[in-house]
Amino acid sequence: MDAELVAMQLFSGVALGAILIMVALGLSIIFGMLGVVNFAHGALFMVGAYAGLWVASLTGSFWWGLLVAPVAIGLFGMAIERVLIRPLYRRSVDDPLLLTFGLGYVLVEAVRILFGSDGIPFPTPPELAGVADLGIGFFPIYRLFVVGVVAAVLILVWLCLEKTRFGLIVRAGARDPLIMRVLGVDIARVWLLVFGLGVGLTALGGVLAAPMRNVNPEMGSLVLAEAFVVTVIGGMGSLVGAVVAGLLVGVAISMTALFAPEMATIVMFALMALVLLVRPQGLFGKPGRA
Amino acid sequence: MTLSAQSLDAAPRPLRARLAARRVPLSILALSLLPWILPSEALAVNVLVYGLVAVGYNLLFGYTGLLSFGHAAFFGTGAYVTGIAIGRFDAPLFAALAFGVAAGGALAFVIGLLSIRTRGIYFSMVTLALSQLVYYIALQASSWTGGENGLRGFTVSELNLFGWTVDFLDPVEKYYVIMAFTAAALWFVSRILNSPFGSVIEAIRENETRARACGYDVERTKLISFTLSGLICALAGTLFALHLAIVPLDILHYHTSGMIVMMTLLGGAGSFFGPFVGAFAFLLMEDVVSLWTPHWQIVVGSVFILFVLFLPKGIWGTLMAWRAGR
Repeated sequence: MDAELVAMQLFSGVALGAILIMVALGLSIIFGMLGVVNFAHGALFMVGAYAGLWVASLTGSFWWGLLVAPVAIGLFGMAIERVLIRPLYRRSVDDPLLLTFGLGYVLVEAVRILFGSDGIPFPTPPELAGVADLGIGFFPIYRLFVVGVVAAVLILVWLCLEKTRFGLIVRAGARDPLIMRVLGVDIARVWLLVFGLGVGLTALGGVLAAPMRNVNPEMGSLVLAEAFVVTVIGGMGSLVGAVVAGLLVGVAISMTALFAPEMATIVMFALMALVLLVRPQGLFGKPGRA
Repeated sequence: MTLSAQSLDAAPRPLRARLAARRVPLSILALSLLPWILPSEALAVNVLVYGLVAVGYNLLFGYTGLLSFGHAAFFGTGAYVTGIAIGRFDAPLFAALAFGVAAGGALAFVIGLLSIRTRGIYFSMVTLALSQLVYYIALQASSWTGGENGLRGFTVSELNLFGWTVDFLDPVEKYYVIMAFTAAALWFVSRILNSPFGSVIEAIRENETRARACGYDVERTKLISFTLSGLICALAGTLFALHLAIVPLDILHYHTSGMIVMMTLLGGAGSFFGPFVGAFAFLLMEDVVSLWTPHWQIVVGSVFILFVLFLPKGIWGTLMAWRAGR
């Protein structure tokens, strides 16, 4: 096996991992703050991809799709939080989970009605087509672009959480929402924004992933399982955990695809089982949480 | 003391208690009427099989309070193993059923062992992920499972039941044979719930910390409950395989788990009759709605969302609460 092929496959794994990071990060932020596991997260990833496709075909430009779809789906996420999830905060943690599962079911079917059940190809934008020679091999420009965007978004999210007043409130609210309320913070509004942010991130992941695979109504269901695996490995509520586990899973999938293709879909679950045995709270999770 | 006990006996017992005392015969009576009420026998068998899966699932979700999203794995394993035992090894029917149930139970034990290490919300995610692992294994091992096309070639046309031959191609006879197995399973579940073990799992659902403080081994109890629940689902899977004579790969997908969750919740989690009511409502809804649109899932999903929001006790639970409140 020559080194160039391995390097290229490694890089594919990083690009795949970058998408997973976007999805898992949104899931993790929502859970860390609201204590809600969003089972519609995969479906919203898929809706994001379709929204990107739709906007791109209306405007004739991928860039508008990339820009508008995550924001629009993020706003849609805020509407979901406001109307469907907010009434459930006083109830058992299982209720929002069940509700979002039902919502995912509805969203998939709604997309089937609007766009049909078959996959739709999403062309790579012409500016990003082709390959780049990085000295150690040829890499698809689009995947380099995806990794770049995800890195930039990660830095933005990190800055927002660590350096702004909003981030301070989010972090404090994750620890003790009651005290925040006592201090006069309108925590409901923060939750609304956080849910929108998490959904927007997964929608961005969907748009970014679309040119790398076909867009189809089922694309979210695999992503949801993958995001769960990443979250369990990394530890719920940890930004670093999501990044490390996302890359780990992405690389593990692409490397097994190279050396043992029939194991590629199975390997990440084996990794998760291993982590559960050794460290049930995940690599970067706090013991009390798991 | 004796006097008050007598007067308590004399007072009319609430409907709920009267139903609960005869829950197994009442269930069997209701189930035996199904093929004559529903539009088709195939639908009746589906209600029977999915109702049984939901009963098994309810043991874990409704009574132990653990929201698993992986029960498709046990349902599917029961179906696949039975199909493979008949189609490939020519196993006698009862042995094939026993293999299916045992395999599903063993898998439940292993998945339970892993997922019970996590608590709360993690549990749902881990069970979902591990059951997807089973799905992908079945997809890859296509020489055994038929992969994406599903498992075929194990049609059972007749069944020799202690000298009495049952024609499996006759839908009504098939229904009542499958119902006999279901009835036995219902009796078994009812016994579990009436036993001290049944009280302990409910104690864990209500307050895990307190159950632990009372000296119960919570982890072990959860694992036993998980395994028993998996066994019942595996039995339903074996019956499903007999009924359809094919096993579609989708049976292992987490969408099937979601369907089981929806049925249980629609009917009423944590009640004995709830799961069957839920399976009945879900499948009837699917049957009726798909007459006028192929997109029945959007209707069923919306109904489910409304139930979570407004009727979290499900159809049966809400009916009982309403009777008690009058």
